[in-house]
Amino acid sequence: MLIEIKDMYKTYSMGDTKVNALDGVSLSIDYGEFVAIMGHSGSGKSTMLNILGALDQPTSGSYKLDGREVSTMSKNELARFRNRKLGFVFQNFNLLPRTTAIENVELPSFYGGVKISSEARRKRAIELLEMVGLGKRLYHTPAQLSGGQQQRVAIARALMNDPPVILADEPTGNLDSKATVEIVTFLQELNAKGITIIMVTHEPDVAAYAKRQIVMKDGKVDQIIVNSK
Amino acid sequence: MNILMIFRVALRAIWRNKVRSLLTALGIIVGIAAVIAVIAIGNGASEQMKSSINSMGNNLVMIFPGSMRSGGMHMGAGASNTLTAEDGEQLAQDYPELVAAQTPMIRANAQVIYGENNWSTQVSGVGTGFPAVRGWNIGNGTFFTEEDVHAGKRVVILGQTVVDNLFPGIDPIGKTMRVKNMSFKVIGVMEKKGSNSMGQDQDDILIMPYTTVRRTLQNSVFNNVNQILVSLHDMGDLEEAKTEFTAMLRQRHRLKDGKEDDFNIRDMTEITEMVTSISSTITVLLGAVASISLIVGGIGIMNIMLVSVTERTKEIGLRMAIGARPIDILMQFLLEAMTLACVGGLLGTILGVVGAKMVGNIQNWPILITESSIAVSFAFSAFVGIFFGFYPAYRASNLNPIDCLRYE
Repeated sequence: MLIEIKDMYKTYSMGDTKVNALDGVSLSIDYGEFVAIMGHSGSGKSTMLNILGALDQPTSGSYKLDGREVSTMSKNELARFRNRKLGFVFQNFNLLPRTTAIENVELPSFYGGVKISSEARRKRAIELLEMVGLGKRLYHTPAQLSGGQQQRVAIARALMNDPPVILADEPTGNLDSKATVEIVTFLQELNAKGITIIMVTHEPDVAAYAKRQIVMKDGKVDQIIVNSK
Repeated sequence: MNILMIFRVALRAIWRNKVRSLLTALGIIVGIAAVIAVIAIGNGASEQMKSSINSMGNNLVMIFPGSMRSGGMHMGAGASNTLTAEDGEQLAQDYPELVAAQTPMIRANAQVIYGENNWSTQVSGVGTGFPAVRGWNIGNGTFFTEEDVHAGKRVVILGQTVVDNLFPGIDPIGKTMRVKNMSFKVIGVMEKKGSNSMGQDQDDILIMPYTTVRRTLQNSVFNNVNQILVSLHDMGDLEEAKTEFTAMLRQRHRLKDGKEDDFNIRDMTEITEMVTSISSTITVLLGAVASISLIVGGIGIMNIMLVSVTERTKEIGLRMAIGARPIDILMQFLLEAMTLACVGGLLGTILGVVGAKMVGNIQNWPILITESSIAVSFAFSAFVGIFFGFYPAYRASNLNPIDCLRYE
C-alpha cells in the first residue's frame, strides 16, 4: 500500500466544545490509484488533504506513506517529505507572481537539499513545460497566462521533483468547463504513467474521472464508489 | 537552497519594490553617511590641531623664567631675570644625547617701514638654532650665522605676511628696511607656515639675532631672555630631560636647596592631550547622534520587512508546501533585510565620503576618511540588517503553511 491511514482523529477546540474534523478515519490508497475525495464543506475533506499533504499533523492515529510514519515527523522532516514525495496542485494555482513559468516550475528543485546543476534544472523545467503544452510560453509570467495555462504550469511544478504522489485541491475550482476537462484529462494521463493522484473536489463530473471516489461526511468516510470505466 | 540562490531571490524581491526599498534603505543611507561624514570631519579637525601643535616645534620643551621673591613680595611668573642664552648653550653642550637644537628667544613689538609701506609686527630675537627647533626652514636667502649673533648685526629675516605687507611685488632680499627708525638689512624670508592652533598667524614675524634685539631695539643692559626653546631628539626622554635640565639650571642659577625654581619647564604634551581629548569627545558625541539615526533606519527596515512578510504570506505558504524548511524561509527574509541594509550602507558610504569632502571644500575644513571608519560603519549596517531583520524573518519562518496558503 502507498498510503495507509488508521484510526485518525483531528480535533479542534472551539472554546469549551471540541470538534472532530476527522473522527476515526481509516483508509488506504494503493500505488497508481486516482482517488477523488468528495464531500460537502465541513465534511473533513480539506483536513484530510492537509494531513495527506503533510501540511498538518493529526491529533491521533497513524499515517504511513511508502511505509514511513508521517504523523511523528518534525517540521524539517515534513518539509523534506513534501519536497520529495508530494506534488501540490492548488485551486488558485499559487504561482509566484511576476515570475516566469520556467522559474515557477524550477522552484521545488531549490529545496530538499538535492544538488542539481542549473543547466539540468532548466532542462527538466523546459521538458515539463513542453509536456504540459506550454513549450512556447516558458518566459511568460502568470499574469500573461490563462487560468488553464496557469494550472498547467502548476502541474509541471508539482512534477519537478518526480514525486510518487500528486495532491490536487479543487484543481478545477477556478477554471471554465473547457479548461476543467483539459486539466482533469491531463491528470488522468499522468495517472496512466503511474503517478498516484489524490484529488479533492465537490464536482461530481470531475470526480467521475477518478478511478475511485471517497465520500466524506462529518469527519468519517461515508461511502466509497469505484468508478466502472 | 544555497545562499547564492537565496541572495538572488532577496535581490529580486528588493528590485521589485524599487521605490519602497529605496525609501527603506534611506534610513540606513542617511545614518551611515552621517556617521562617516561626522567621523571624517572630527578626525580631520583633530589631525589639524595636532599638526598645528607640532608646527610650533619639533619635540619642543620650553623653559620660561619663573617667579621671583623679593623680600616678602612675590612677583608673578616671568619676573625672574636669571634665565640667559648661556643657560641654553650649556644645556646643548652638556646633554648632546638629549638636545637636538636650542635657541633663546626675546620678543618685542615694533613698527617696521619700507618705502611707503609700514606694518606693526612681532620681533623675535633668536639664536641660530631657531629653524631646527621650530622645524621651520628658510625659504629664500639665508639665515643669520653665529658671527652675526656675536656681533649683534642688524640683519632680519621676514615672515611671509610681513613680506606681503611691506614688499608687495618686490623681492625683499638685500633691501634695507627700518625697524624702530633704525635700518636693517633683509637677508632671508622664512617658508610660509600658516596659523597655529590658536588661530595666530605664524608668518607675521620678524626674526633677528637675540643680541641685536637686546642691544639695538631694547637697549638693555641685562642679558636675560624671555624663553629658551629646546628641541629633544626623542619625546621619550622628556621626563629625564626635565629632571636633568632642572638640576643643571638650579646649579647655574645657584639656587640653594629648599629654594624654589626660578624657571618653569613646559612641554606640549599637556596641550596635545587636551586638544585630543576634546576633539575625540566631540567625535564620539556626534558619532553617537549619527548612530541613533542608524538605529532609526534599522527600525524602518524591520517595519518594511514585517509588511513584506504579511504581503507575501501566500508565497511563504507555497514555498513551505513545496519543501522549504523554516530555516530556508528565515534565511530568505534575513538575507533580504541584510541586503537592503548593506546596499543602504554602500550608498551611505559613498554619500558620506562625497558629503564630507564637499563640506570640507566649502567650509575649508580638513577631512580625514579612514578605512576603519568605512569598514566599521559598513559592518554596522550589516549588523543593523541582521538585528532588525531577524524578528520579521523569524515570524515568517514560524508561520503555519496551511494558514499561509489560505491567507487572502
